Amino acid sequence: MSSEKIQLPTEHCETCPAYSQLEQMGIKVGDFDRVVALAGNPNTGKSTLFNSLTGLKQHTGNWPGKTVTRAEGGYQFNGVKYKLVDLPGTYSLLSASQDEEVARDFILFGQPDCTIVVADATALERNLNLVMQVMEITDKVVLAINLMDEARRKGLEVDTRSLSRDLGVPAIPVTARTGEGLSTLLSTVAEVIEGLIKVKPLRVNGTPEFQNAVRELAVMIEQMTPGIPNARWLAIRLLDGDARVQKALGSGELADIVARQTRADVQFSRKMSVEGRQ
Amino acid sequence: MTTIQPVDVLAKAENLRNSLSSGFRDEIVKSLYTEAEGIARRAVKTASDRRYDLDQKIDRIVTSPITGLPIMLFLLSILIWITVSGANVVSDWIASILFGIGDWARALFVQWNMPWWVTGFIWDGVYRGLAWVISVMLPPMMIFFPAFTFLEDLGYLPRVAFNLDWLFKKTGAHGKQSLTMAMGFGCNAAGVVATRVIDSPRERLIAILTNNFVPCNGRFPTLIMLATVFVAAGFGGLTSSIIAAGTVVGVVLIGVGFTFLMSWLLSRTVLKGEASAFTLELPPYRRPNISRILYTSIIDRTVFVLWRAVQTAAPAGAVIWILANVPAGDSNLAAAIANWLNPFGLLLGLDGVILLSYIIAIPANEIVVPTMMMMYMGAGMMVNAPSTNEAIRSLLVDGNGWTMLTAINLMLFALLHNPCATTIMTIFKETKSYKWATLSVVITLGTAFLVTFLTASIARLLGWA
Repeated sequence: MSSEKIQLPTEHCETCPAYSQLEQMGIKVGDFDRVVALAGNPNTGKSTLFNSLTGLKQHTGNWPGKTVTRAEGGYQFNGVKYKLVDLPGTYSLLSASQDEEVARDFILFGQPDCTIVVADATALERNLNLVMQVMEITDKVVLAINLMDEARRKGLEVDTRSLSRDLGVPAIPVTARTGEGLSTLLSTVAEVIEGLIKVKPLRVNGTPEFQNAVRELAVMIEQMTPGIPNARWLAIRLLDGDARVQKALGSGELADIVARQTRADVQFSRKMSVEGRQ
Repeated sequence: MTTIQPVDVLAKAENLRNSLSSGFRDEIVKSLYTEAEGIARRAVKTASDRRYDLDQKIDRIVTSPITGLPIMLFLLSILIWITVSGANVVSDWIASILFGIGDWARALFVQWNMPWWVTGFIWDGVYRGLAWVISVMLPPMMIFFPAFTFLEDLGYLPRVAFNLDWLFKKTGAHGKQSLTMAMGFGCNAAGVVATRVIDSPRERLIAILTNNFVPCNGRFPTLIMLATVFVAAGFGGLTSSIIAAGTVVGVVLIGVGFTFLMSWLLSRTVLKGEASAFTLELPPYRRPNISRILYTSIIDRTVFVLWRAVQTAAPAGAVIWILANVPAGDSNLAAAIANWLNPFGLLLGLDGVILLSYIIAIPANEIVVPTMMMMYMGAGMMVNAPSTNEAIRSLLVDGNGWTMLTAINLMLFALLHNPCATTIMTIFKETKSYKWATLSVVITLGTAFLVTFLTASIARLLGWA
């Protein structure tokens, strides 16, 4: 059966060629070409963005912590099928609570083709901390500056070009509730994945001696577990003395997570297509 | 070539860390924050003359130590009052239509000379169970869910957490427990899953074990019916709905009180520890999207919960009909079991039929009232199902010896008793432990028995019942 066409939010969108190329695929994510993750601080509108892209009705609510498990849906853009994964909101990737662990494990080991970090335009500084942590892990990052309408109402002007320049990844202004900016966001995601947009994420590297230490350790981790993603990030966490990562490494949990994540992705897609919602 | 073991990596990391100049960590964190600050400063321009501080003005009132709690109580009362008064009208109406259809179809079956057990099983068993569940449950849910979702979308829930934080802290529980408690009003299983936002395992367990003390939507209809039919009986119109709503609010507050009491007890016994600090954003108030609210609350929540109730009500109706028609001694099986449970029920200010209904209704609390009614009717009292409040009252009081104590204790029992099977399963899934899942049943059921026993004994001692 065919996927349903999106409900166009405004008249302008109807005339926009990019928007008409979006097809919501709901939960029909059985076969997809790309995986895109939605990360961000709590209550920045990830689930709202997820809903408007996939046509699903993931529960949303105006409070931090509404999403505690990840949800998956699909959309098609310019003939390419994307699986979109909505992650619980998190302030950092170093956390301990279960919902935040779901997000961290997926960004780390789910190996999405691109990660959209949703940031609140009205609280940009606090949101950038997570953005920079995600950029430590993966290059393929697109920043969605959400709640632009709220920012305007508060008299804030966000210069996304300055953000892109400083961060080295595209920053797209969006208002997920009305659909404003979504087409640009999707074409940017596509271009980042295809390598048409060159990303050069800003990384806080520290001193040269620290960088050498990171490199040395990362090589060792890769030798230990070939194919492990994000050896560099793990090296930084270990140098930092992150007890959680140390424990995960020591108990062999890390290798398990890598294996499990791959399995879980398959199972989860199946579960979602059976149950439809959580 | 030797393989590298995790211990080698850890040792290497330790080594390298020691070789680095001290303070490299602070250096990195500091530069991260400075960098973020600089980037944000360059990108954001504030038009300082257009400060938008209405949110803060509102927050100063709704989260104030003086007015915060009264406003919360007021909103809760309004929410429940709208639900009670709206539900009563619609409920009567749905009941008379559904029972009308049932009676008509039953008569038709009799006219066609269907075997008595076919007619009985279908129309007195399965159909009546369904009709009861729909007419009792659908109306309150249709009103409560959208109203609750409205407050949720507006951004009021974090303010509730803010107001109750100090109370939870005093009991040794996590402040975010008020969020999971609020979710429990919708469904306790959902409330249990929502506890994932609490990072401390100890406080998360407290939140899980006490979530059942707020009445979920499956139990609200029971409370509303009892409050309307008993407590508010004899009053007319507006007064009646205010008294009924006030009673339900009172029961909810007792539930919240037990949440605090049990959290306090748990954090001083099996789950010892201090409350941990946390930060909670107060998001800006947002204009709720009405069409989305209606979709979420009607399609996702109401239909979902109702469907679950229907799935359990039909088999339960069948079971009750069979129990009531299998002979045992000189009466039937249902009556025999109820009689056997009766002494214990009376001790709690309830009766055997009520306890049997709770056993049959373990899969879903929604069907307690329908089950109870059908068993009372199964005793041969009346052929037609009572569809008005007066009829229900007369069935219970005149036919089955109910008193005000029975009604009040049933409300308390409905509030405090064990979680439904779905919630118990969810607790098991979330804690991965039989011990905690069992404890959740023991705590709640124990509390329910103890409290109803005490109220019944006191009422009897004082000669009220």
